[in-house]
Amino acid sequence: MLTISHISKTFNPGTVNAKKALDDLSLTVRDGEFVTIIGANGAGKSTLFNAISGSFITDSGSILLDDLDVTLLPEYKRARQIGRLFQDPLRGSAPGMSIEENLALAAGRGGWLGHISRADREDFRDRLRPLGMGLEDRMQQPVGLLSGGQRQALTLMMATVNPPKLLLLDEHTAALDPASAEKVLAITRRIVEEEGLTCLMVTHNMQSALDLGSRTIMMDRGRIIFDVAGEQRAGLTITDLLEQFKRAAGKALDNDRMLLGVE
Amino acid sequence: MNVSAVLSLGQTALELGLISSLTVLALFLSYSMLNVCDLSTDGCFTLGAAVGAVVAIAGHPYLAILAAMLAGMLSGCITALLQTKMGIDSLLAGIIVNTGLYSINIAVMGNSSLLNMNKTETVFTRAKELLAGTALAEQYRMLVALLAVALVVVFLSLFLRTRLGLAIRATGNNPDMVRSSSINPAFTTIVGLCISNAFTGLSGCLLAQSQKSVNIDIGTGMVTIALASLLIGNAFLGRGKIPVRAVGAVLGAFLFRLVYTIALRFHMPAFMLKLVSSVIVIIAIAGPYLKSRMPLLKRRLRHERGRGEPEC
Repeated sequence: MLTISHISKTFNPGTVNAKKALDDLSLTVRDGEFVTIIGANGAGKSTLFNAISGSFITDSGSILLDDLDVTLLPEYKRARQIGRLFQDPLRGSAPGMSIEENLALAAGRGGWLGHISRADREDFRDRLRPLGMGLEDRMQQPVGLLSGGQRQALTLMMATVNPPKLLLLDEHTAALDPASAEKVLAITRRIVEEEGLTCLMVTHNMQSALDLGSRTIMMDRGRIIFDVAGEQRAGLTITDLLEQFKRAAGKALDNDRMLLGVE
Repeated sequence: MNVSAVLSLGQTALELGLISSLTVLALFLSYSMLNVCDLSTDGCFTLGAAVGAVVAIAGHPYLAILAAMLAGMLSGCITALLQTKMGIDSLLAGIIVNTGLYSINIAVMGNSSLLNMNKTETVFTRAKELLAGTALAEQYRMLVALLAVALVVVFLSLFLRTRLGLAIRATGNNPDMVRSSSINPAFTTIVGLCISNAFTGLSGCLLAQSQKSVNIDIGTGMVTIALASLLIGNAFLGRGKIPVRAVGAVLGAFLFRLVYTIALRFHMPAFMLKLVSSVIVIIAIAGPYLKSRMPLLKRRLRHERGRGEPEC
């Protein structure tokens, strides 16, 4: 369970560029919940993910993962429990190293001086096979040779090879071509379901925000302005969402990419 | 030039190439793997030579090697701490340590800038005694160097396959990914620089023992020479698995020395060594860059020429 209580973050405090990116935000996500997050440009969606994963330490408030207080924990220590995918498919893997080496590093088995065992190799292959991308036959090739979609699928495998307590997906299909995006999204859905992962996903696609997962939250100016789950969510349409946003934020939704996806 | 002269040229190049290839392997770890250009290499090389010489003069030729490596490791650790824990830019950290080491090296050598080991027992004199009377008696210097290089290459090949080794490679490749694998990139940088500087120290120690003297300038320009060797090796064996690339680094060091030794034969003054190494590094790094700019340059030329007359 993720418990965020009253976190705030202001960038460049005390200057003309001061920006309150997170404003007294609280959020509780139960185990196994799949939350989709939407919001305008600069609403604080990615900032929220940065706060949870520890890219920066929040100015106030606390973040708990189960019983572990991660509020002040450095990013690399939180990474044991939190998997994260970025929009940029190049960010999650090391291009100069082979698929196998990338997976081995993510799996982190054995001690510091442990080698990749034959059992590990078999296991990695078994995990890659269901992707249907033929990666299991290219284990020794450098990751830099893969396409964006393949790299993002691999990053997803790396993030979930040790099932994390929390998976953060930051528009992880936005930079892919439609076919690859579809495929990566299907893989995401399967893994999250199989492992029963707790997951937060930022998306600009209103339809997938409603289709995927079990709960949808809407952000604006560093706050959560709308939070819907269960039956109430089941009946929602995109038009309802836009209406909700207008009512809660007092302005029309101005996420350019999101609007392009509406037609 | 007769055959024996050519052979002896080759042998000198091989001996010196092997000894300096230890520094090249150090840069292979720090520059190619960790993506840190370690400018403390010069000072660290001299430190290894000085510490090794002092311990050898005290009568412990084997301990000298260990001491030189430990001294190098300590120096590498400080360079790494400066850049990972104290917010000093990695190039600057190397330069600062390098400058500081100059004083330390003179202090180690007992307030002198020159140590003579003519009557000192070294690993080379020991090897000479050991091999006396065998067919390899004349090759004792090369054998010692070869043994050290082989050990380091095997160590690197094995080490870079371990989880820690993979993490070090990933640190130079994509630090974000290291962090998301719950590994602190600061830690991998520290370990990587400690190990690479241990090899630099070893390299300095062996050079000092083989030429039976140390002066304070023994390491000057070493970083450029080693970088030139590394890049030459890259050109031949730059792709493929780690052991191949490590052997490529050694090959590069040998080729560099060979070209240099031949150039000396053709009356190139010895002081040109450093200029040659600088030029090689410039060509090796700037070459691919300029090549990638060529299409744009051609495009511009075509555009300038085409102005005024319609393009067809």
